[in-house]
Amino acid sequence: MQEILKNELSIEKSRPGRRGVCFAQTQKQAADYLPAGLLRKSEPNLPQLSEFDTVRHFTRLSQQNYSLDAQFYPLGSCTMKYNPKAYDVLSALPGFANAHPFAPESAVQGTLELAYNLQELLKKVTGLAAFTLQPAAGAHGELTGILTARAYHDTHNGQNRTEVIVPDTAHGTNPATANMAGYQVVNIKSAPNGCVDKEALKAALSEKTAVVMLTVPNTVGLFEPEIKEIADLVHSVGALLYMDGANFNALIGLAKPADFGVDIMHLNLHKTFAAPHGGGGPGSGPVGAAAHVAPFLPHPIVSLKNGQYTLADERPESQNRMKAFYGNMAVVIRGYCYLRQFDKDMLKTIAQNAILNANYVRACLKGKFNAFFDRNCMHECVLTPPDPHTTGVHTSDIAKRLLDYGFYAPTIYFPLIVPEALMVEPTETENKEMLDAFVAAMEQIYNEIQTNPQVVKDAPHNQPVKRIDEVSAARQPNLRW
Amino acid sequence: MFIPNTLEDQKIMLAKTGAKDIKELLAQIPQEFLYPALDLPKALTEQELSAHVQELAAKNKPLKNFIGAGMYEHFIPAAIPALSSRGEFLTAYTPYQAEASQGTLQTIYEFQSCMCALLNMDVATASHYDGATAMTEAALAAHRITGRKEIVVSTLLHPHYKEVLQTYTRHMGITWVEAKVTNDGVLDLEALKAQLNDQTACFILQTPNFVGHLEDAQAISSAVHSVGALLVAVVNPISLGVVQTPGEYDADFAVCEGQPLGNPVSFGGPGLGVMTAKKAYVRQLPGRMVGIAKDKDGKRAFVLTLQAREQHIRREKAASNICSNEALCALNAVIYLTLLGPKGLKEVAQLNLERAHALAEKINAKSGFTVNTKTPFFNEFVVQCPIPAAEVIKKMEAKGIAAGYDLGRLCPQMKNCLLVCATEMRTPEDLQAYVDALGGI
Ligand SMILES: Cc1ncc(COP(=O)(O)O)c(C=O)c1O
Repeated sequence: MQEILKNELSIEKSRPGRRGVCFAQTQKQAADYLPAGLLRKSEPNLPQLSEFDTVRHFTRLSQQNYSLDAQFYPLGSCTMKYNPKAYDVLSALPGFANAHPFAPESAVQGTLELAYNLQELLKKVTGLAAFTLQPAAGAHGELTGILTARAYHDTHNGQNRTEVIVPDTAHGTNPATANMAGYQVVNIKSAPNGCVDKEALKAALSEKTAVVMLTVPNTVGLFEPEIKEIADLVHSVGALLYMDGANFNALIGLAKPADFGVDIMHLNLHKTFAAPHGGGGPGSGPVGAAAHVAPFLPHPIVSLKNGQYTLADERPESQNRMKAFYGNMAVVIRGYCYLRQFDKDMLKTIAQNAILNANYVRACLKGKFNAFFDRNCMHECVLTPPDPHTTGVHTSDIAKRLLDYGFYAPTIYFPLIVPEALMVEPTETENKEMLDAFVAAMEQIYNEIQTNPQVVKDAPHNQPVKRIDEVSAARQPNLRW
Repeated sequence: MFIPNTLEDQKIMLAKTGAKDIKELLAQIPQEFLYPALDLPKALTEQELSAHVQELAAKNKPLKNFIGAGMYEHFIPAAIPALSSRGEFLTAYTPYQAEASQGTLQTIYEFQSCMCALLNMDVATASHYDGATAMTEAALAAHRITGRKEIVVSTLLHPHYKEVLQTYTRHMGITWVEAKVTNDGVLDLEALKAQLNDQTACFILQTPNFVGHLEDAQAISSAVHSVGALLVAVVNPISLGVVQTPGEYDADFAVCEGQPLGNPVSFGGPGLGVMTAKKAYVRQLPGRMVGIAKDKDGKRAFVLTLQAREQHIRREKAASNICSNEALCALNAVIYLTLLGPKGLKEVAQLNLERAHALAEKINAKSGFTVNTKTPFFNEFVVQCPIPAAEVIKKMEAKGIAAGYDLGRLCPQMKNCLLVCATEMRTPEDLQAYVDALGGI
């Protein structure tokens, strides 16, 4: 196979006169309907390919990709668990796919019933009082949640609350969200054990605090053992506790956030609830709230009135709309499928196996790639390589070398408090043989670091391209043809 | 089953961890919270699940759809779902490891290129959540760039878009002003000029506007720029097969809901936020962008670039908090445009013009119903009905037709106004069925 052919852009394969799709001929031209001044002047520079050319082009591109279906994908914090094929089929049913958001409600009862059912199920697994399915992703859920908190404070004399407290282990979306919601971000350092430093939190909390954002379990893969005390501290100054639920796969069926005092949280249907990640999205980030905050969640929420499901939403305190229409329904359907396929005992087993798999990897690699916090973890472990100052090999090199061994890389350099972090989240759907193979590859890389570090530093060797000079892209950005 | 490891496997693995049982691994979770009561329904097998969810889907009534209002039913060539549902695309995530994600990265680069070509703009991002959030983030960028605090929008901006803009900006000390419209359902240019001033960060122009009319974008653009404000254009991507482009009227940011490009309406989500801008504003754009780089051997390669705008680097100083986007919908869109090419795009746009205008004429011929066909429109228009639109919708539903969007939902004065859309999906027979059904009302 000539490399050239394989890597051409569609526009480079384009030949004038080729095309993939034709439409019925019209009798008149655009100029017969629209004044000349409103017409497009020049043709867009789009590729001209036959349907077959197009199919081959994108099929080839798909093959230049590691994916969960083909590779172990231990991307920490992203919960790359198996995405059942049944959900793909069901979410694409024409009855759902063709439902228009402004169709009469009597014509979309199936969609509304499904959404209502999912709201109810999410309430059960979290213990919270209400859920909105509107947010399009986790970060969008965070913004929804923080703006909901703002609306709550606005009606509870909280206009002077100007700060959101975020631990230094937080995902970047947390502080970015707080800023977008108009709050000042107060970063607090974590304790040496990787959890919230209660003294630092106490010092930061005041009557100016609007919200404290915590990820539970946190991004080093640990549960906050003093979560209840933390929640009490937060509440004692009148602030709200927001839980980033990106890691809920470790807790579902094992604990309910409402029980430990969470006021608002988001879930990621594209993580915990087995919806595929689509190469970067779409996701879905439902947001739940405890009873006192629920009236401030954005509208609409699906309710059941006189046997009819409806979007008519009688919550006058709610002022927010986070996106057009109602939510990423195709993803919502998948989340619903997941919660109908697994009951209480199965969910518990799922969480426990996610935790077991992470601890197994951690234990197997101990002595070579040690966990930064050397104790039992939840659903992911944050490992560190042998000291790069002596080996000259960095986490980024190890990540690239893993690609050569047929594994996608863990999340790297996150959380920020762990130097050279390798965050491994195997998930419950990987079998022991796969974990053993991953461990073997990591051990092999460990040996290479000792004996032939250059092979690691030059990795990858067998990918479609060699190590990319990322800086070269930013120098004179080429972002389009 | 979902969990592959047998109890035997689990036992061996547990032994390796040194824990005596699984509860020991869970010891971090305080006892009082562990294993709460959970009242969930009985688990369904795949077969049962499939039957149950199909039953729900069947509760949606398959109406002949004449509703647009922000989400448009268009023909989706079979190659699109066939390609984008490939597991290699569907089950990958954000291409952090570029060398093992060249396929996804190249499709994003091609998507960005197609969006720039379609909208006639310099740069595009990898995608945003939907049209409304893309528009809002463009307005926020305009606010940052100009340092001004007033946003002017057309009264005929999509109502959900207005609400999202409000949600995102109401705590920021930003004021926003609605520009008046004429009786013809387009912006009142003179009134707009009076509303623009040296405090205006941007004007948000939607064309076609919410009631389907095409605006005089060129004149509006000049007025906006004359006060040093920026122009944010919100467009319909299919219309750009024939209609003048944001680049042609010098828009600073141009956004759209990209759903019509190969994605189903899906009850309004997922959408596809298309975000484009002039080159000068590239560092103000939210979210991911892919650029061309070189690998060690000097070979062309694709990577995520200009990341110093993003939350994982900049945290609270980032341009936006967006992380996951709508990559798969963007993939559908780029496959769509690759299949159509410039000729197919023009054809489908002309077909929309033809069907919508044919329907408008047919309705006009019905006594009691009138359409303003004087003002140029693309595939959507307003019907003045002799009775409230809500009643028309109800009666048409009984005949298997989703008649349109009730503009009375926006303001009581428009309660007899029905917003009707006909894309290429509505055949001449469908159009006839529509007017025949109207006749019975
Ligand atoms: C801890 C955490 N919070 C928030 C997010 C943001 O979620 P999304 O990408 O769906 O916006 C992520 C994503 O990886 C995450 O890991």
